[in-house]
Amino acid sequence: MVALAQQADQALLGLSLDISGISHHFDLDGGPLQVLDDVSFSVEPGEFVALLGPSGCGKSTLLRLVAGLEPPRQGQLLEDGAPITGPHPSRVVMFQDPTLYPWRNVWDNVALGLEARGLLKTHKTRVDDALRLVGLDGFAKAFPHQLSGGMAQRVSLARALVNDPRLLVLDEPLGKLDSLTRLAMQGELVDLWRRSGFTALLVTHDVEEALFLATRVLVFSERPARIVADLKVDMTYPRHRSNSYLAELRHEIMVLLGLGANW
Amino acid sequence: MSSETLELSAPLPLGAAANAETPPKTWWQGLIAVLAWAGAAGLTVLWPDEDTWDFTPHLAALLAVLTVVLAAAALTERRLPPLSARLRPLGPWLIALAILVSLWQVVTAKLGLLPRPFFHPPQSLLEVYLSDWEMLGISVAHSLRLLLLGYAIGASLGFIAGIGLGWSKPVAYWGHPVLRLIGPLPATAWLPIAFFAFPSSASASIFLVALASGIPVAILTWSGVSGVANAYYDIARTLGASSRFLVFKVAIPAAMPHVFVGLFMGLGSSFAVLVVAEMLGVKAGLGWYMQWAQGWGAYGNMYAALLVLALMCAGLVALLFKIRDRLLAWQKGMVRW
Repeated sequence: MVALAQQADQALLGLSLDISGISHHFDLDGGPLQVLDDVSFSVEPGEFVALLGPSGCGKSTLLRLVAGLEPPRQGQLLEDGAPITGPHPSRVVMFQDPTLYPWRNVWDNVALGLEARGLLKTHKTRVDDALRLVGLDGFAKAFPHQLSGGMAQRVSLARALVNDPRLLVLDEPLGKLDSLTRLAMQGELVDLWRRSGFTALLVTHDVEEALFLATRVLVFSERPARIVADLKVDMTYPRHRSNSYLAELRHEIMVLLGLGANW
Repeated sequence: MSSETLELSAPLPLGAAANAETPPKTWWQGLIAVLAWAGAAGLTVLWPDEDTWDFTPHLAALLAVLTVVLAAAALTERRLPPLSARLRPLGPWLIALAILVSLWQVVTAKLGLLPRPFFHPPQSLLEVYLSDWEMLGISVAHSLRLLLLGYAIGASLGFIAGIGLGWSKPVAYWGHPVLRLIGPLPATAWLPIAFFAFPSSASASIFLVALASGIPVAILTWSGVSGVANAYYDIARTLGASSRFLVFKVAIPAAMPHVFVGLFMGLGSSFAVLVVAEMLGVKAGLGWYMQWAQGWGAYGNMYAALLVLALMCAGLVALLFKIRDRLLAWQKGMVRW
């Protein structure tokens, strides 16, 4: 853990993102389905930006574009000023499902990125460090089917962190966890991000999660997703969930999402 | 899957089985089985045969040896837990087999109820094994050689073809129709062509066995590879994986459960083809032996060979399952612990 964090402090500051005029659609049977409509925003190095919006509005598609898994139909994505042309291990994604490989044990799953880049032989200790970082060092030999949902998601976090990502792309990574596990892991994520200095992009539809974690919250409309608000969460960490400033912001966001009457 | 503290403190189901069972009681089924086998041996000696069977004393001796071995096992198994664990579930079968052998003898050698020469007593099979073991052994060796060579070639080519079909669009474009056309054709349909197209009947049979085993392996490997979840590829790609890595470290391991279904199906059809080929063209092997024995009315030899063939096929299937269980140990939890 120490090694990971120190290295991160020195060399690996988060990367910056410039997203301009992104529109995207899928070709379905009934014709094109537009999911993103002229989305533009920038992310400073080391920022933690939450993308908040109704379920199915197209936020996850935006993340796939940022990860380089798909090219955008229109618009431009830049990382540190250079266009994103494909996936790169500096931009690691953590999905809603842990998607661990069932045929690999925990250690081998975490080692995946290093192995894929041919760095495993020289960087074996990093795998152990990453496992220690997420509190699963005793489970290296366990297989995914033996893990609970929370543990599996921790393994997937370790699998991301072992690559020293400069951008961590989080696609509702805590969405399927029970509420207690989710709260615990939100705290762990914030700690990690603060220690490591990577840039984080989080898709969520949990307003409290966004406010607890992010330095900035982008609120999206229904599909096709447009940015309807760009809110700065001007508050130091560690944050307290019941803080009145966060409550105000939450109300504001709920109004934007059309749920103001309940709050 | 509830709270985190519970999860972390809960022990892993890694096979720390509860071995604190109560000390085993007397194995009654084992003792009954000993009596049953002793009865079978006694029946063989004491009840005179209806006709002369030279090998009745040999059978009696064999049954007596089995009885002694079983008695020794039944009396000591309580002190040897691993033996006990393997032996005790077999109790009912051990009893049933002894009764079966006795009944078989009664209706054949002892009373002569079943028409000869089509039905033979167990001593007749024993006679074949004791007098013709050399020939049977050579036949097994020949069959195994053809089968294993053909299966190895077929399974490897089928595996490679399946990966190609599942991974590459051009290969799928050209390969799919060919496989659709040839796949359903029973490999035995190629027999006439194979026997004149190949220089020897042995190489023709190897080709047929390879075809019979290769096609199911190709189809199942293909469906395994094309069924791999896209999310598995996405993960690897964002972590910097090359296409080579995607094939060898993602697609192939993910497809292995399917591949083994194909290997199993292929093994089954390769047995069928092997026996047919040996009966029709090859001048060696168990299929040929059975055909040859039947030709001069040696039904005892035929049954003996049939039993050997059954044991060989069952053994190979068991071996394949052993390999699968070892390679796909990770599946245990997904299928069932």
